[in-house]
Amino acid sequence: MPPLDSRWTDRRVEAIVGDILRTGVITAAAVSLVGGVAYLIRYGRDLPQYRVFQGEPDDLRSVHGIVMDAFSLSRRGLIQFGILLLLATPLARVAFSAIAFALQGDRTYVIITLLVLASLLFSLSNLSI
Amino acid sequence: MNILEFTLLIGMGSVVAGFLGALTGLGGGIVIVPLLTLGFGVDIRYAIGASLVSVIATSSGAAAAFVKKGYTNIRIGMFLEIATTLGALAGAMIAAKVPTPVIAIVFGLVLLLSAFLSEHPPLRSPTDDRLDPLALRLRMDGSFPTEAGLRHYHVHRIPVGFGLMYLAGALSGLLGIGSGAVKVLAMDRAMGIPFKVSTTTSNFMIGVTAAASAGVYLSHGYIDPGLAMPVMLGVLLGALLGTGLLMRARTRILRLIFSAVILILGIEMIYNGLTGRL
Repeated sequence: MPPLDSRWTDRRVEAIVGDILRTGVITAAAVSLVGGVAYLIRYGRDLPQYRVFQGEPDDLRSVHGIVMDAFSLSRRGLIQFGILLLLATPLARVAFSAIAFALQGDRTYVIITLLVLASLLFSLSNLSI
Repeated sequence: MNILEFTLLIGMGSVVAGFLGALTGLGGGIVIVPLLTLGFGVDIRYAIGASLVSVIATSSGAAAAFVKKGYTNIRIGMFLEIATTLGALAGAMIAAKVPTPVIAIVFGLVLLLSAFLSEHPPLRSPTDDRLDPLALRLRMDGSFPTEAGLRHYHVHRIPVGFGLMYLAGALSGLLGIGSGAVKVLAMDRAMGIPFKVSTTTSNFMIGVTAAASAGVYLSHGYIDPGLAMPVMLGVLLGALLGTGLLMRARTRILRLIFSAVILILGIEMIYNGLTGRL
């Protein structure tokens, strides 16, 4: 199976995948760190309550709620937004792989990659329930 | 202990876990849940959520470096991720239904198995130079750089590997760990993929696998930002330091010590699960 577009060698795809992963992790960590420092300044003297499981409030459980919280600069919302960016990193990697395999003309792997993407989206779609 | 002290202590513990995990190749995620539950009295559901987030961060960070060096086989990873993500979804959904002491006991058993496998790796399937038709069709055979130039390899027993990967995904989703050990077992031992390619491809897959269960965890309210933040940043920092040192350190003794720690934590988890304390 010759590649449709010879510029899209496996080596080049690997380099871009590496960049996506690195950028995603660094951005996610930076956002969480900013939110974390703000959180500690505000709540540092309170007592931690993790002994009994209560579950997070609804706004910290859904993509929509987390984005809204982050935009209103809620401290915990900002950390959770960083975590959401982290979850989106593998998703972005898989989505890019699907495009790269399509450009390489590798139909089998486009299908395989889309199956994985579907699992990830299904998991995240659970968020809004 | 207030939130500031609690966060700093957990952050430091996570740095150590990430450091040792990277240095020994056993992964830091596996000691985070025992650290939080046994050490800090955190409910196991919050602990699993925080651990899973840290697993995504470290595996994606490390994978970024490996994939550029040409060790990772993206095709093998992509294909097996079908199994791991489906397993991860199933595991995360089961986790929501199972009583927490059961999760603690399963966790303990996995710790015992990891400690055992680390000291007694199973025999490698004999090398096989015949070509596997399924591997050919899926274009999985590949090569990776060594000091003596590119080394080519063939892939075998894909269905066995696929089944083991489903199991690895389910354990990851149930326990909030990377299941790197099971993934390497499937690729290195069952499918005959060279060790260097198995470990880096396993690392590559862990992020996607963990993301599949993390979505379910998030919607169930297991991921608390105040707890996940120090764990994620700590493990990430520790892993970064550990990987930098990996080339120079003598890891044999460290590995032995870390295995012993894992063994003890496994017994503690099972004991606390049986007595209903977790």
